[in-house]
Amino acid sequence: MITVLSVEDLALQRGERVLFRHLGLRVAAGEAVALTGSNGAGKTSLLRAIAGFIRPIEGRIAFEGAAGALPADDARRAGCHLVGHQDGLKPGRRARDELLFQARWHGGTAPGALAAAERLGLTRLLGLEVRVLSAGQRRRLALARLIASPRPLWLLDEPLAPLDAASRTLFGILMAEHLARGGLIVAAVHDPLPIAARTVGIAA
Amino acid sequence: MFSALANPARFMAFSRWAAPILGVIAAGLIGAGLWLGLNAPPDYQQGETVKIMFIHVPAAWVAMLAYACLGGASFVSLVFRHALADAAAKAVAPLGAAFTGVALVTGSLWGRPMWGAWWVWGDARLVSVLVLFLLFLGYMALRASIEDEAKGARAAEILALVGLINLPIIKYSVEWWNTLHQGESIMRAGGPALAPVYLTPLLLVGAGYCAAFGALWLERIRAEVWRRRATSLALRAALA
Amino acid sequence: MNVVAVLARRELSLAWARGGGALLAVGFFVAAALMLPLALGPAPERLAGVSGGVTWVVLSLASLLSLDRMFERDFEDGALDLLALGPLPLEIVASVKCLAQWTVSGAPLAIAAPVVAVGLGAPVASAPMILVAAALGGLAFAFLGGTGAALALASRRGGLLIAVVVLPLLTPPVIFGGAAIANFTAGLPWGGALSLLAAYALGCVALTPFAMAGACRNAQS
Repeated sequence: MITVLSVEDLALQRGERVLFRHLGLRVAAGEAVALTGSNGAGKTSLLRAIAGFIRPIEGRIAFEGAAGALPADDARRAGCHLVGHQDGLKPGRRARDELLFQARWHGGTAPGALAAAERLGLTRLLGLEVRVLSAGQRRRLALARLIASPRPLWLLDEPLAPLDAASRTLFGILMAEHLARGGLIVAAVHDPLPIAARTVGIAA
Repeated sequence: MFSALANPARFMAFSRWAAPILGVIAAGLIGAGLWLGLNAPPDYQQGETVKIMFIHVPAAWVAMLAYACLGGASFVSLVFRHALADAAAKAVAPLGAAFTGVALVTGSLWGRPMWGAWWVWGDARLVSVLVLFLLFLGYMALRASIEDEAKGARAAEILALVGLINLPIIKYSVEWWNTLHQGESIMRAGGPALAPVYLTPLLLVGAGYCAAFGALWLERIRAEVWRRRATSLALRAALA
Repeated sequence: MNVVAVLARRELSLAWARGGGALLAVGFFVAAALMLPLALGPAPERLAGVSGGVTWVVLSLASLLSLDRMFERDFEDGALDLLALGPLPLEIVASVKCLAQWTVSGAPLAIAAPVVAVGLGAPVASAPMILVAAALGGLAFAFLGGTGAALALASRRGGLLIAVVVLPLLTPPVIFGGAAIANFTAGLPWGGALSLLAAYALGCVALTPFAMAGACRNAQS
């Protein structure tokens, strides 16, 4: 159970380009951080580095639990949700099947998944195939797994972009509830988040 | 010694004199070996054409050596994430493919007067060398088709190691296949016996080929290091 | 619910849908095998002599083509990231994918193989061995092909690149399987060849997932 995420003196490189150096960040339980910066600055790469996909060229990323330091691989595989630009949803499958798989895969249950769908207003859409859903509906479906299978650290890459105003407000409530339960949120955004969050700018 | 060479600057300094010296040694050994070999008496069965063996057999040896080097360099690069090891792996692949190609062509030329055919599937070693050639080509194709250099290097390393583990199994399976179909092949198991008078020149040329391989490999690694430096300089200039 | 079972069920249904699944693979297999009599002429003795071998070769090609986008779809729609951040190590995920592929495509191909071979003129008595060899060989093809698919992820070029990379590696199962079929048909001892094929297939199952996971991580980085 992750209680602290700490990033120290981080430098990331994509291809030949060094994105940034000496980045430090500390997120504790109940805190949210909004990553801002121009396109290509490295927000997505930072999220992916925290998730363990990109290896930093300098610095370290560490996770702490209630009992002390956590091994990074375990922390990521058991305590982390990454919602990227793509939803991870298979276009040809039914929304219900995709939701159930994602929930169970992350340690949730079927009733939990259906309750999450209810919360996000997706119940009517569950019988449809993913490819007939609109972008906003797909994003809500992808976000449903955050509620269906709770994990402490949420890494979100422009989560609100395809959502309409009502859905953004709803998701804001869900984020606030997550923080109240001791969760951590790191989100890359262009617009302000609907919750109180510390802003960290990513620049070269 | 290798850890001392791992430093790129020291490697460049070392290879600057080592490569030409290896080249000279290679020329000497190959020259001596070929002179001895060509002056040796002709084989009672094959006549003068057996002498193609002096070009063919060492090429096949070096082809195997090159793949082992490819596997070794890939392993070091994968485990220690060493850029020089990766440059070495990238440099050795076309070189290995070239030696393998020479082995295949000269093997075919050797076979023609002996067996009357341009290619004989009955020679297990020749078939293994053909598979080895395809392994080199696969490596180069994979590397060339991935635009991101770092990702291409990593994927190619994994492929080289998969190939290296497979290689003894492939060799064994081809020889096994050959003995299975022995009645149908026109070659005696194990190929023609090697007369001792040919052994010395063969070993000389073999050593010479290894030295030549070493010289060419060092040169190619140098070229790769230079190319990478030039690319990053150009990139830095463009972004500045 | 057991997480492996959850993943397996999904992979099976995805493999079924992928590229038309079993039907397309078998369709290609039959269509390509048809080329042989068209190219060689209908003389039964000539066809019968090569039927076992050609069936085996076309089987390997059909297996390779049917796993073309095994990892690429997941990579493109973000599902691979999801699979990497789950409770199972990526190595096991890769194994489950390949096993699902083998079950959905390999099994129908293994059943079609003796039919095709006999159609090309192989003796009916060789059918059981062709079935067994195709099943075992299909396992090796699925795992080695999966390795090629994972390696080619970073290049976004499937199909031919995967085949060029994987075909030389298929030398051992092609030799062992072909020998098992030929020996069985000729009444010679076939146990050795079959055990070698089985051992090789199991070796692939055990070892290639590490290469596949490494290649996937490389593409995701």
